[in-house]
Amino acid sequence: MFRATWKSLLARKVRLILSGLAVVLGVMFVSGAFVLTDTLGRSFDQVFADAYEGIDVNVAAEPKVTLGEMEGEPVGAPVPAALVEKVRAVPGVAEATGVVAADGARLIGSNGKVVTSFGPPQLGENWLGESDLVTLREGREPRADDEIVVNAALAQAAKVKVGDRVGVLTLEPKKEFTLVGVFGYSGDRDSIGGANEIAFTTPVAQRLMLGEPDVFTNINVTAADGVADETLRDDVARALGAGFQVKTGEQMSADAAEGLKEGLSFFNKVLLGFAAVALLVGTFLILNTFSIIVAQRTRELALMRAIGASGRQIIGSVVLEAVAVGLIASVLGLAAGIGVGALLAYLFGKLAGGLSLAGLGVPAAAVIGAFAVGLVITMIAALLPALRAARIPPIAAMQDVATPDRPLTKVTVGGAVVTAIGAALLFLGLSGNAGDNTLATILGGVLFAFIGVALLTPLISRPVVSLLGAVFAWSVPGKLGRLNSGRNPRRTAITAAALMVGIALVTGVTVILDSAKGSLSALVEDRIKAELVISGAQSGPRPPSFDPAVLEQAARIPGVQLVDGEYGDMASIDGQRTWVGASSNVAALERMFGAKAVAGDISRLGPEEMLVSSDTAKSRNVSVGSQVTVQLSRGEARTYTVSGIYESSQLTNPAVLPPQATKDFAVPQPIQGFVQLAPGARVADVQPQLERLLADSPEVSVADRDAFIKQQTSQVDTLLTMIQILLALAIVIAVLGIINTLALSVLERTRELGLLRAIGLRRAQTMRMITVEAVVISIFGALLGVVVGTGLGAAVVEALKDEGITDLILPWGQMAVFLGLAAIIGVIAAVLPAVRAARINVLGAIAHD
Amino acid sequence: MTATVGRQAQAAARANDVWKVYGSGEAQVVALRGVSAEFERGRFTAIMGPSGSGKSTLMHCLAGLDSVTRGTVAIGETTVTGLNDAGLTKLRRDKVGFIFQQFNLLPTLTAQENILLPLSIAGRKPDPAWYDTVIDTVGLRDRLGHRPSQLSGGQQQRVACARALVARPEVIFADEPTGNLDSRSGAEVLNFLRNSVREHGQTIVMVTHDPTAAAYADRVIFLADGQIVSELIEPTADTVLDTMKKLDTPAEVAR
Ligand SMILES: Nc1ncnc2c1ncn2[C@@H]1O[C@H](COP(=O)(O)OP(=O)(O)OP(=O)(O)O)[C@@H](O)[C@H]1O
Ligand SMILES: [Mg+2]
Repeated sequence: MFRATWKSLLARKVRLILSGLAVVLGVMFVSGAFVLTDTLGRSFDQVFADAYEGIDVNVAAEPKVTLGEMEGEPVGAPVPAALVEKVRAVPGVAEATGVVAADGARLIGSNGKVVTSFGPPQLGENWLGESDLVTLREGREPRADDEIVVNAALAQAAKVKVGDRVGVLTLEPKKEFTLVGVFGYSGDRDSIGGANEIAFTTPVAQRLMLGEPDVFTNINVTAADGVADETLRDDVARALGAGFQVKTGEQMSADAAEGLKEGLSFFNKVLLGFAAVALLVGTFLILNTFSIIVAQRTRELALMRAIGASGRQIIGSVVLEAVAVGLIASVLGLAAGIGVGALLAYLFGKLAGGLSLAGLGVPAAAVIGAFAVGLVITMIAALLPALRAARIPPIAAMQDVATPDRPLTKVTVGGAVVTAIGAALLFLGLSGNAGDNTLATILGGVLFAFIGVALLTPLISRPVVSLLGAVFAWSVPGKLGRLNSGRNPRRTAITAAALMVGIALVTGVTVILDSAKGSLSALVEDRIKAELVISGAQSGPRPPSFDPAVLEQAARIPGVQLVDGEYGDMASIDGQRTWVGASSNVAALERMFGAKAVAGDISRLGPEEMLVSSDTAKSRNVSVGSQVTVQLSRGEARTYTVSGIYESSQLTNPAVLPPQATKDFAVPQPIQGFVQLAPGARVADVQPQLERLLADSPEVSVADRDAFIKQQTSQVDTLLTMIQILLALAIVIAVLGIINTLALSVLERTRELGLLRAIGLRRAQTMRMITVEAVVISIFGALLGVVVGTGLGAAVVEALKDEGITDLILPWGQMAVFLGLAAIIGVIAAVLPAVRAARINVLGAIAHD
Repeated sequence: MTATVGRQAQAAARANDVWKVYGSGEAQVVALRGVSAEFERGRFTAIMGPSGSGKSTLMHCLAGLDSVTRGTVAIGETTVTGLNDAGLTKLRRDKVGFIFQQFNLLPTLTAQENILLPLSIAGRKPDPAWYDTVIDTVGLRDRLGHRPSQLSGGQQQRVACARALVARPEVIFADEPTGNLDSRSGAEVLNFLRNSVREHGQTIVMVTHDPTAAAYADRVIFLADGQIVSELIEPTADTVLDTMKKLDTPAEVAR
């Protein structure tokens, strides 16, 4: 029995390879994700271990505002310089050094552009001299206030050399420095984990990076000989009292790695989500392949039954085949996944500015995931066909007739029920009644919806396919192709459903993001009464900013009526994290952003006063006259009196502080500027003058309203492109499915094709017939996908109405593109099967039994 | 009428007032109308009759491949009627062998693997001496490693015969085993079947259209319109042909 299974497997290897390929791709995705995140994780461990090497104990102050996940880097509270002496006096301390090291030192490269970083920090520091870790490769240390040294990685990225005058952006606007040296690290490294570093003299570093004299970011403590790090840590902590974070170097590196790993694990989950989509499509494909194979083997299986095989043995033989396919596919997928993971890790390392990768590792999760997914998916997919195989009566061995078409009632009822469950879950999830399980409920709903629709497709396929096919009915091959695609509704349906999943997700995401984009631009269009906007694209943890002096200068440009600079900071208001803004010109709130006063006066703001939005007023239960305590990223907490409440909108901040408060913001410079022109003034006249003012703020640029809207929505576009790329794999698998189904159908119809050829169908006509069949199936799939995707997208948009996605925008153009793409996919998928069909030997086919 | 046994022997297969009705209403076809027959152990019985007379149906019912509408069927000690799928599977494994007109062999397996397939399905080892005897009788020793596509039709049928024999079933059913063969290969297969009855006491029931083939049997029963209408013991091609001619004009048939 085992041998019979094995042999029949070998005999059908080509058919199984295609469906196996689907599993290979899915498994590759899964194991690749694990290998990538594991390799990056271990690389970062190494980076942080390096970064905190030589630190025995570190002293820092508690941050003023603790930030949540994804809210960016918290600004550490400064440590007063006097504390260094205090630490040095603690017994067991060999040396204590005050360190300035804060993110946000941006070097302007020789091309006039700011050197940006995706991920690793851009540190501004005080020069601490050479050490075991740091050595000057060229030049000397910074001695004067206008001298700096940079690490080798930054020097290369900025293309600057010793002796150059270079601009640096910090908390303050651009300052010019002379580059007097370039340093590297032990082991001939140019950077630690891709970080860019600029070292100033200590007073300059304190002023530019921390905004205050005589403070440090942290204190590095070296233990005296024979003193354990842990003991020293506890001693120092006791000596300093509350309000400080005292950690060993090991702890620091573990904490830093921990934070990053949370991000990596989120990234891993996203990748696994896309892998799940690919695998869902793969499941459809394998299910179809096994169904067709079982149908084609009806007589063979019946013969086995006639000579004594039990139903269970038949199931066993089909499942065994599935296991073999799954096993081989898992091995190949794992190998491919390791390759892809390594490649992506390498690319990531390059992108992240020379992150030196830890050796490639294959985590157990990758191996277990690969085999679990590969085997389980194939076995689940093969189960239905196996059960069907077991029901083949032995007498079928003696009959020529194929098993009659079973009625579609059961599938249709099942499909309707599953779709209804999916819709209910979606409703529950989107209406926000599912509590903590919202995401799981929505995903479950989508999954059920897909399976339900897939079950309903056989019923829909008949009318739709015959309608689609009617387009091709003008020629005989076209007509035959169309009839063929309607011949086996289940097979057509599953094949189309596989394509549906990918297209539906792409369409759904496009609908949601386009609606979000549309709603945002409508709002900007509608509400912002500024003709010119100053802003830049954020790449690091802090938004780009510009010199506030530009605001006053801009106001003096002829034709400019109103200028407003917007600041922002994550603050803690009465103990709760809240984003607060500040305007250089409070009047702009009404005159430029169309805010309406709900209570009090919002047109002016005293230094001890603040405005809040109506939402904030409600959630914090404050009203005009309330006293509110605000802790900003820097400085001490202060109490403000609420002097006005404005109506909340997408464009307004939850709270607005007076301009005087901005010195304590994490970024004490304006991050956006809005310029309103006087009636009759021309954008083209003002824009160049404004651009000239911004020459020393290379991170930002001036845009008119349309360009601003584009800028604002460009991130959405990037996101959309990324999602589309990730979903492309699911579509590729679906294409494999179409190829496979067609190839199997051609094989099955060898005799019939031979007959058609015998009575005069030409080769080209045969190929056209197969192509029409493929195109009809794939357009059907795309059509389903577009419809289902639009439905899902519209449901999500409806649910997000309160979040500001007010307009439902259907991407008609994109949908047309998908349908066109589907037609092309169909043609491509038809190539191999069509060639095969055209090559059929007429005589052989008719004699073929 | 009941076809009775000439020689005193226990029946290997028995049909008792078997009715078989296909479909219902307008499309109803009565394929068997009260057939009763016994097939003694160690004998070679042929079933003949015009096309559509119910030969294949009778065989399928006897073998438990199809259910009967009324009446009972037994193979040896086992009552087939009313067995569930597991019982039927066991019956097919242990008690019955099949030879079909075509599509007898799995195309992916070699001749030897095909022959041993029923045993390997049942998880049994062949009796080596018997296996050798069977292989020698079918005369395929040098072809054992070949695939069905590499064998002639006659050779394929002989492989099918060997497969049926090797498990030593109670009874072998053969539906037109020589239907696709020329007369020489047909004769080879028939000789082989007859020898296995004569020398090894195998019971065989064979459906055929060919009087020459029927003459290899010990006994022929004739079906017409779903009923047994005649019977010949120790037939020759001539006597069979005679009977068939008479059956063509039903009025002349003596009941
Ligand atoms: N599955 C079926 N459904 C309906 N009617 C059937 C079925 N199988 C057989 N019949 C009918 O039963 C009758 C007997 O058929 P059967 O196949 O037993 O004839 P036969 O004697 O074997 O004929 P032949 O010599 O042509 O093989 C025929 O009228 C046939 O049409
Ligand atoms: Mg017949």
